[in-house]
Amino acid sequence: MAFAGTACLLVGLITALYAAVASIAGARTGRRELVVSGRRAMYCLAALLIAATAVLQSAFLRSDFSFKLVAEGSSTDTPTFYKVTAMWATQDGSLLLWALLLAVFSSAVLFLTRRSLRDIAPWATAVLGTLAAFFLMLMLGWENPFTTLAVAPQEGAGLNPLLRHPAMMIHPPMLYTGYVGFSIPFAFAIGALITRHTGADWIRATRRFALIAWTFLGAGIMLGALWSYTELGWGGYWAWDPVENASLMPWLTGTAFLHSIMVQEKRGMLKVWNVSLIIATFVLALLGTFLVRSGILESIHAFGASTIGVQFLTCIIVVIVGSTALVISRLPHLRSESRLDSLLSREAFFLLNNLVLVLLCVFVFWGTFFPLISEALTGTEASVGPPWFNAVTTPLALVLVLLTGIGPVLAWRRITPSGLRRVFVAPAGVTIVALVVLVALTNAEDSVLALAMFCLTAFVLTVVGQEMLRGTAARRVITGDSWPKAAAGLLARNRRRYGGFIAHAGIAVLFLGVAGSSAFLQQRDLRLSPGDTFRAGGYELTYERATARLGGDGAGTGAPIAFGAVLTARKGSESFTLHPSRNFYPTRDPSKGSIGRYFEGEATSEVDVRWGLHRDLWTAVRPDISQLEGPIQEANRKFADSSGDVQAVVIAAIAERYRTNPPPAAFRSIVSPLVAWIWIGGGIILLGALIAAWPTPEARVRRVRSLYRARVGRELSGA
Amino acid sequence: MVLAAVVLACLVALVVLRPLVEGPGREVEEDARRAELEAAKEAKYREIRDAELDRGMGKLSAEDHRTTDRELREEAIEILRELDALEGRSPRA
Repeated sequence: MAFAGTACLLVGLITALYAAVASIAGARTGRRELVVSGRRAMYCLAALLIAATAVLQSAFLRSDFSFKLVAEGSSTDTPTFYKVTAMWATQDGSLLLWALLLAVFSSAVLFLTRRSLRDIAPWATAVLGTLAAFFLMLMLGWENPFTTLAVAPQEGAGLNPLLRHPAMMIHPPMLYTGYVGFSIPFAFAIGALITRHTGADWIRATRRFALIAWTFLGAGIMLGALWSYTELGWGGYWAWDPVENASLMPWLTGTAFLHSIMVQEKRGMLKVWNVSLIIATFVLALLGTFLVRSGILESIHAFGASTIGVQFLTCIIVVIVGSTALVISRLPHLRSESRLDSLLSREAFFLLNNLVLVLLCVFVFWGTFFPLISEALTGTEASVGPPWFNAVTTPLALVLVLLTGIGPVLAWRRITPSGLRRVFVAPAGVTIVALVVLVALTNAEDSVLALAMFCLTAFVLTVVGQEMLRGTAARRVITGDSWPKAAAGLLARNRRRYGGFIAHAGIAVLFLGVAGSSAFLQQRDLRLSPGDTFRAGGYELTYERATARLGGDGAGTGAPIAFGAVLTARKGSESFTLHPSRNFYPTRDPSKGSIGRYFEGEATSEVDVRWGLHRDLWTAVRPDISQLEGPIQEANRKFADSSGDVQAVVIAAIAERYRTNPPPAAFRSIVSPLVAWIWIGGGIILLGALIAAWPTPEARVRRVRSLYRARVGRELSGA
Repeated sequence: MVLAAVVLACLVALVVLRPLVEGPGREVEEDARRAELEAAKEAKYREIRDAELDRGMGKLSAEDHRTTDRELREEAIEILRELDALEGRSPRA
């Protein structure tokens, strides 16, 4: 079956190249049949890559270890849920996922624009086809996911235990959907530049794709943070890791792009900004993919030194040089159609927003690549860590949250001074009240930055609520509807506007969580024996007993052994238990022995979290199994050739020894205030983005009616 | 693998080369322009509604709203004129 997959890739490469060539030929000669042929080639490419993916997924689900990818990333005892995800846990498989998403997105946008953008679409097809061909060449030349083994092993190596987490199921596809999604507006921007049609048409056609890409990329970032918080055992959600930063950078410039294009749509301004932002976003998306593939920077995500780093770098350089040259050559066509009427206008604040977001991106970029920069300049590799990143990004984050509150209240072109006073009175008042209450009743003033963020959150939420209320009231005056009906009508008829406001509220809530959990986190690291008690963040925790579990992994990770602890936590009248543990996965290294391999393979923390709106109590344990070394070695000698059932009994006996007589274990306990609001804020952002992206029903109906009217007209005139 | 590739290539060629044999099909120049104008019209209507809402919320003065509304409606009318021209309609006297 592997041959079928490789055949799909090979034919796919030819098809992608044909799509590019035919589209360019059609665009230059005016021959529409070539353009249509090129578009159909992209549809066929999507079908081929869907087939290729089906072949690979089938191999994983059947545990067909003749496939090298399956042998290295899966096993017969890997839960089905993780067999599916294993495809994109590897470099080869993730390249296939990238190419698949690109082909599917490209087909969707080309189908939707098949009757419009006749000048731009062929060039966009050429860009997308060329990009797809690049990824297919990478796979066929260097990292073929359908490589087979001469001798298929009886059993596979299994999925990396760190990746056995539900968030990992969808984190990579979410990120890749974001990265790939931004290639659509990029391709159409290039088409617009080539054809000198730099109006808002290409933006209108691709805005929804950009919004969907931004949403998925943001969701992928949030899932990665959630995975870090619940799986990696250090208790944090963001470490300014290079690959975390690599996903954040295109999200920042993508955010700027989504706001900035509104200005071009309405006022014909910021055209150079918009093409530059989408080019930067796409380049950063490629860069993010490159960082993971090249192993150029140390990161928990990195796949290690890879064979395709040079190729990615070449592609990035070509895109940067080509796009920059194109923008410079088209500058006369990118002049603004209007001038800024007032600094107190939405356009002016969107420009300021662009500057803040780009500056944030520059700082993150500098910090991420500082090791390379310092090595190039001084010969010594130096790096910057979370303290540096936090110091430079926190002030900008405060400004950004402030702007999310100011932007919605301003009008296009200008707001009157009286209007300005009217819209800011309530939010300013609420902010001052919030400040007084926080200082009087909490210890928030211990962190000035956190206090500022809390107040800004109050400001933004008041602004959004006020906008909803006043908008509903204004609609009631026009329609005479009841309050609920007017509110529903307001949201339905102004989805972009109010979906955006809801997303702004989500941003403020998210930063509330970041500020609280960063500034007021309390962490204890201790070694405890059963019966020991300690205090953390107002809780009294007691280590009751050790635990040992064989099989029956409730989280579905497939871990055969887990050592852990039961802790009791008390605070006032509140009392509950926590069950942190550490999963042990068997190694295939024969030198560890038939019994020892179950205890000396990879291990992952299974933290326990008491979630709460006010605070989380997070616990992790690292059991000390060194005292089991003697019994394990003895068991290796005595039971090396015993049956599986006998070995299972022996393993159970060793595990029971730990449970009944555990040595002191290392515990980490973290009380993290307001961290739940990060995930809640992320959900609100997602809701706002979905509302903003949803098409309005009247527009759809009007477009369809118009097409039917046209068809009737044509057919009648032809009769 | 070679046979599989040849079979796939033939299937793809059937789909991809058909427009070169039969022509681009029902695509008409006017449909593309109409779609672009419809999108531009919807965008213009949205801007008019936004301005009305801003006026209702007190963000725009009456004078600014009148100016903005007049400009936007003139732009919308131009779009509608072009749409009517495509459909062969003339405005009523």
